[in-house]
Amino acid sequence: MTLKMQIDDVEITFSDGETVLEVAQRHQKNIPTLCYDNRLEPFGGCRLCIVELVGARNPIASCTTKATEGMVIYTATDTIETYRKTLLEMVASENREIDVHPLRGYASNEFENLSAQYQVDTSHFSGTKSGTTKSDDNPFILRDYELCISCYRCVRVCAEQEGDHAINVMNRGFHTQIITEFDGLLKDSACTFCGQCIQTCPTGALADKKALRSVEHVNDAEINKTRTICAYCGVGCSVDILTNNEKIIGIHPAMDGPANEGALCVKGQFAYDFVQHPDRLKTPLIRAEDGNLHECSWDDALDIAAEGFRKVYEEYGKYSIYGIASGRAPSEASYSMQKFIRAGFGTNYIDNCSRA
Amino acid sequence: MSNPLVDMQKPDVIFCIGTNMTECHPVAATGLKKAIARGAKLIVADPRRIGLAELSHLYLPLRVGSDTALLLGIAHVIAREGLINEDFIQNRTTGFDDFFEHISQWTPEWAESITGVPAKDIETAAMWYGAAVKGAIYYTLGITEHICGVENVQSLCNLALMTGHVGREGTGINPMRGQNNIQGAGDSGALPNNYPGFQSVTDIKHQEKFKEAYGKEIDNEKGITKVTALDLCGDSIHAMLIDGENTLISDPDREHCEHALRSLNHLVVIDIFLTETAELADVVLPASAWGETDGVCTNTERRVQRMRAAVPPPGEAKPDWWIISQIAQRLGFKGFDYIAPKEIFNELCDLSPIYAGLDWDRIDNGEYQWPVPHTDHPGTPRLHEDAFINGKGIFSNVHYRDPAETISDEFPVWLTTGRRLESYHTRTQTGRAQGIDYLLPEESLEVNPNDLKKWKLVDGEWCRMRSARGAIEIKVKATDRSPRGTVFASFSFSDVPVNVLTGSGYDPITHTAELKVCPVKIEPL
Repeated sequence: MTLKMQIDDVEITFSDGETVLEVAQRHQKNIPTLCYDNRLEPFGGCRLCIVELVGARNPIASCTTKATEGMVIYTATDTIETYRKTLLEMVASENREIDVHPLRGYASNEFENLSAQYQVDTSHFSGTKSGTTKSDDNPFILRDYELCISCYRCVRVCAEQEGDHAINVMNRGFHTQIITEFDGLLKDSACTFCGQCIQTCPTGALADKKALRSVEHVNDAEINKTRTICAYCGVGCSVDILTNNEKIIGIHPAMDGPANEGALCVKGQFAYDFVQHPDRLKTPLIRAEDGNLHECSWDDALDIAAEGFRKVYEEYGKYSIYGIASGRAPSEASYSMQKFIRAGFGTNYIDNCSRA
Repeated sequence: MSNPLVDMQKPDVIFCIGTNMTECHPVAATGLKKAIARGAKLIVADPRRIGLAELSHLYLPLRVGSDTALLLGIAHVIAREGLINEDFIQNRTTGFDDFFEHISQWTPEWAESITGVPAKDIETAAMWYGAAVKGAIYYTLGITEHICGVENVQSLCNLALMTGHVGREGTGINPMRGQNNIQGAGDSGALPNNYPGFQSVTDIKHQEKFKEAYGKEIDNEKGITKVTALDLCGDSIHAMLIDGENTLISDPDREHCEHALRSLNHLVVIDIFLTETAELADVVLPASAWGETDGVCTNTERRVQRMRAAVPPPGEAKPDWWIISQIAQRLGFKGFDYIAPKEIFNELCDLSPIYAGLDWDRIDNGEYQWPVPHTDHPGTPRLHEDAFINGKGIFSNVHYRDPAETISDEFPVWLTTGRRLESYHTRTQTGRAQGIDYLLPEESLEVNPNDLKKWKLVDGEWCRMRSARGAIEIKVKATDRSPRGTVFASFSFSDVPVNVLTGSGYDPITHTAELKVCPVKIEPL
């Protein structure tokens, strides 16, 4: 049986189990959210996703309400939009700042963007700020809770996505604080520094300390993203490399990555700066008569590399030459390597690094 | 993996053996955690009380190197309790009657005597996995890095075949690959027994095909493995081209390995850093790194994905394929006039049936898992759904064998090795990433607190650890993760070169080193 409902005067179909928000998003309705992350169970905390349900006394949270047959929904009436603006102004009144640098994290500008969209007047409400920034000497995760809006996305992503349950909520209401067990450092908790909390935080309260090292020289508009696959294990997580002026300044998980769906680990998230490390080899090296390696031109190095193989081949024959391909380089490297041995010397004296 | 990563959320019973997934494949482990949250049962067999063991419903702390015995015991109970899948055995397998006879002798009590795992826990594991609707097996190098790696894998296959836990959602036999493109290296033919696409070099059809493609007569015999090649360095092997492997630190028996590489007439190393291995080379060629190189990699679930350059390489560094092609051209080899990686990948696709439906542009979104036999094919997330590639699934009548070396009065402690979450391989990369030191500043030897006194060790102090091949000094860390009588260290830190000690033996078929078992003696410094 086809299930039908009406959203903004248009009749649409939906599947059993879908929430009103999911159905509306599928139909390109731009309903604002702050506590919502489509990878997590709906939470219904921020109330921004409220919509008008005809026949209901009050607006309903569309993220936690299941769609039912015959529902009539209005997503953006004047009343609803006023509620949303007021909610945003109340949230904004508790925070130190709203405009944060996008290098703080993948979702860090969500609150800023909604505030701009709703022309939030930050002076509308004034009073005590909430949240106390936690001093934590770890090199990866900034815990700037003066920007926290208690959406609990960090707590939920840690529990539901990562399964680590490293952080939780202390106190209630205005005194809510996100903490580790016994309110200690992340290092002493179950935290694995996967960075998921940073990337889901909608205000930048949790932020990427490593990326923020570049904050002084990088304008928002100058961050480029390149989609690639993580450099480490065989899971093959999709990531976006953040660059500025030919420098890698951070990593975002790809929320649509087929192997990881937005998840990463500490290596994929933070261990990228080996690439532009000063130790990188920049020129070919050849061993000279003094027994040491010396810089030389590509032409000379390639000639010497080739000549060495030629000499060994001529003296000892084809079974004296062996190739070891890399499990880290792209397949074009391994393919070229096996072809070098097979098409070049006619042997199968080729292997890769998987046996050790 | 026989099954896709997304299937990790779907089993009823998960059996993890020899895989420290929360540290080595953390993102994959999140799938298992979701399955557990949904109500799945987790069985973990590992000598060490690793993170997965803490999550498990049943933990089987087996003695290092005793996996085959444990798996025979489990197979015995599954058969004894009638938890076999008769339809599957009938239709999809061969050799069950012999196997049934074979396992009747390997009781859980016998398995306990070898593994140290209580017979009743072996029975429970068998009952859970055998009775599951969707039972899935996950393993890593804890299964393969043994002299009996092949028997270990065959033993896991036996379990899946007798229960029919293969070819369906949430089941399967799933090895987790450890490097971003180690699957791709095999796919591309960098193997002594296979051309690209796992086409056997001894098959006349494949020989003809590659002779025509490459314009060169190629041996109709398998080549030698890297392990054998290193053994023959200076005798019959005199030149090597090594791309992106720090052989000296990652391979077992460092002294042997260093001697081998030093005895070559000509060693050319392509790498991004001057690694310990590159330092021995006659020519070192600087490669462009991850983030600087366009190319293709294949992940553990056979998903073929594009890697893209985001920044230019430093100085004069060049892509590996360019470097290899340039050497080839200087030697007069034909077919190396590539100007872009796209041409090379497309050539690989043209020659490999498993990639036949792919090309550089089609894999832009990473939606294909091989085999993709033709361009209309959607890819194969799940292997063995209707049939096995080679016909019927074959039961293997495996026998337990002791590790190459067992503990003795001289070397009374089991050493096992592996990785840690925060470091990767020989730390050429993670050792140069800021912040990682905060989490893992140095290597240490994990020792059970109750062993400290007996061995006169002090937590946090140094000890000397010796095997039949060498000795190293390492700091002691008391932890319940290690069982009594067994210690653990990673091979990541070159200042604590654990591979000086390892290398007691190799699997005779795969030549994979027994890096997971090494008897040692430990003394305070």
